[in-house]
Amino acid sequence: MIRRTASIVAALIGAAFLLAAAPAQDSAGKTLKIVSSLPRTGSANAQTTSMVNGIKMAIEERGGAVDGFTIEYDDMDDASPQKGNWDPAVESSNAKKAIADETVIGYIGTYNSGAAKVSMPLLNKAGLVMVSPGNTYPGLTKPGTGEPNEPAVYRPSGKIGYFRVVPTDDIQGAVACEYCRNDLNAKKVFILHDRELYGKGIADVFKKTAGATGVEVVGFEGIDPKASNYRSLVTKIRAAAPDAVFFGGTTQTNAAQVLKDLRAGGCKVPFMSPDGTFEKAFIEAAGKDNVTKEQGGVFITFGGLPSDQLTGLGAEFVKKYKAKHGVVPEAYAVYGYEAGRVLLDAIDRADKKDRASVLAAVAATKDFTGALGTWSFDENGDTTNKTMSVNTIKDGDFSFLKAVVGGAAKAK
Amino acid sequence: MVRAVAAVEMLATCALSRADSVAAFAHDGALSSWEVFGQQLVTGLSNGMIIALIAIGYTMVYGIIELINFAHGDLCMLGAFFALTVVGALGVDQWGGAGGTAGLVMVLVGTAAFCGSLNWSINWLAYRPLRKASKLSLLVSAIGASFILVNLGLFWGGLPMDVFAGGTSSAAPKAFPALVSSDPAAQIGDVIYSRTDFLVLCVTLPLMVALTYLVRYTKLGKAMRAVAQNPTAAALMGIDVERVIGATFFIGGALGGFATVVYSLYNQTVSFQMGYRMGMDAFIAAVLGGIGNLPGAVLGGLLIGLIRSMSDGYIEARWTNTVVFGILILILVFRPSGLLGAKLREKV
Repeated sequence: MIRRTASIVAALIGAAFLLAAAPAQDSAGKTLKIVSSLPRTGSANAQTTSMVNGIKMAIEERGGAVDGFTIEYDDMDDASPQKGNWDPAVESSNAKKAIADETVIGYIGTYNSGAAKVSMPLLNKAGLVMVSPGNTYPGLTKPGTGEPNEPAVYRPSGKIGYFRVVPTDDIQGAVACEYCRNDLNAKKVFILHDRELYGKGIADVFKKTAGATGVEVVGFEGIDPKASNYRSLVTKIRAAAPDAVFFGGTTQTNAAQVLKDLRAGGCKVPFMSPDGTFEKAFIEAAGKDNVTKEQGGVFITFGGLPSDQLTGLGAEFVKKYKAKHGVVPEAYAVYGYEAGRVLLDAIDRADKKDRASVLAAVAATKDFTGALGTWSFDENGDTTNKTMSVNTIKDGDFSFLKAVVGGAAKAK
Repeated sequence: MVRAVAAVEMLATCALSRADSVAAFAHDGALSSWEVFGQQLVTGLSNGMIIALIAIGYTMVYGIIELINFAHGDLCMLGAFFALTVVGALGVDQWGGAGGTAGLVMVLVGTAAFCGSLNWSINWLAYRPLRKASKLSLLVSAIGASFILVNLGLFWGGLPMDVFAGGTSSAAPKAFPALVSSDPAAQIGDVIYSRTDFLVLCVTLPLMVALTYLVRYTKLGKAMRAVAQNPTAAALMGIDVERVIGATFFIGGALGGFATVVYSLYNQTVSFQMGYRMGMDAFIAAVLGGIGNLPGAVLGGLLIGLIRSMSDGYIEARWTNTVVFGILILILVFRPSGLLGAKLREKV
């Protein structure tokens, strides 16, 4: 309790500093601002750094200006050190700050679907367009996939102002289950999730698909993401003798610990997890010895193609990124880049450079030639791109296994 | 201390002789219900013993200056970073054989010394000047110390070392090398008693025995009990109260140091946030057993470990915290001073 109070106080102080540090507004009117709100503090940092680099590269490619307007960019952090993860208080203050700053014309974010729930209604009411490079929870946009009041609850203005360049989990969860059944030959699966929006959402889809395709679900359980170990849970899993274990969750919600305890507890079956673990931090946390094929293997689905499998503009992006930063970008970097590009493209097309026109222009995006191929935003604000991949870990690094076009096997 | 070293040596010999029996480590299907129960018992006891060792640090400090040392869990977290740094810098995980055992003992003792000294320093800097202030100021000071330690851990994880993945992400959980493998040391049916489980036993049990001996039969122990009973009277009898308090912090911290190495070897993860959960579990254990009471802390730790494990196994993992706190509340309703707290001395 004391800690929670303390963390709220700390968050408030942090927010006060942010406000104080905001530069005096330029009233010249020839400047437009794009902000991003991503978890920069905490273990997602490596991933979000490369996303921010992607956004910056999209702006640089246009010479830092669109249609005569200078583009400014502000990289906001929606995590707090106390949580080491996204923090609702910080995300809400980021959204309010962006709304209050009249030069802000586009909001790129968030990384976590839970964080989007906080800022979506705020930004929607203010008519500020939001483009997410990372949210995959279906309920944010698709009616009938989440809670009964979703997604209407995020659209107080009645209009759609939220768009995402990444395919959703109802596709990813189904792809994971199909892979489990067809490629790993699993007849029985044990499903774990982290009880968060993203993790439980994808685990639910996995379960539903399993039921529909004849894979037996021998266990479905929510874990405590802060527990020091999961040995007793592993015993329960061993007792159920599954052919594979699926964990709906992220590196931040202890995916690596679950994997380690499975291996240490003697449960050496294939381990599957979604793209919340598709970052090097996961391999580092799990330890190189626990992710090998001999230990059962690790299979990670990703709502897109890994950097080395991209073609066209995407491949060019990876090449430029490597030249500029000296490393291969993390998986989500290209989504940061794509979100930046599609937003800048809309600003360019908008006849008036105000929030309403830019929002309309983003919504009208059709057959966009991007780093992820040619795609459009559909009537819900989702990308029409549905290419997914299944990856494994080899020699301590991710290794591409196969590409799957999702949606063919609907989870419903 | 000497006992601990001997025990670990024993463990290593056992580990070496079993190196080729790993192949037997296979599963032929589902576990029977008694095997599940046995395995849960093993897990619960191992986790419980680690919690108990940390809980002793809480209870000792509370017993002597009535402070709930909230920084204790985070002290253990820093200890884990220290251990990981030593392992990484010296490459202890590559030593193998008898060298590996020596390395393990060195890491254990080094981390204990580090945590003991750090705890002693925290007392000297943050708590000693507040001896005459209200207990609440002391508590706030402890919370402050905890925050400082957490941020030190965050900084430490960002150091450009290989074991910290080059420091690319200071906050990311780090893998702790498996100095002791998780292969079975003993196996009955499908119930596995792994070498890490054995290590937990080998480290915690002798330490608890040694501590009991120290508190009961040595001069320092007598002085500690005297100060706990009445610091003023103890001072009048010629006991250097500050020195005794300092020693208590050192011993509590050192036990935390041992515990954190065992914890890191058992869970193979080190993160700057781990102190919160370690501290919370241990604190509950101390309260459950009767804070200020040493056997109480051990009993509390074992109970918490077992309750967690049984709840994970037989109810559902998401109810575990509810079960633990529910039982805690129930026990405190009927025994407000904890399970063994009734014997607690009257403080005037």
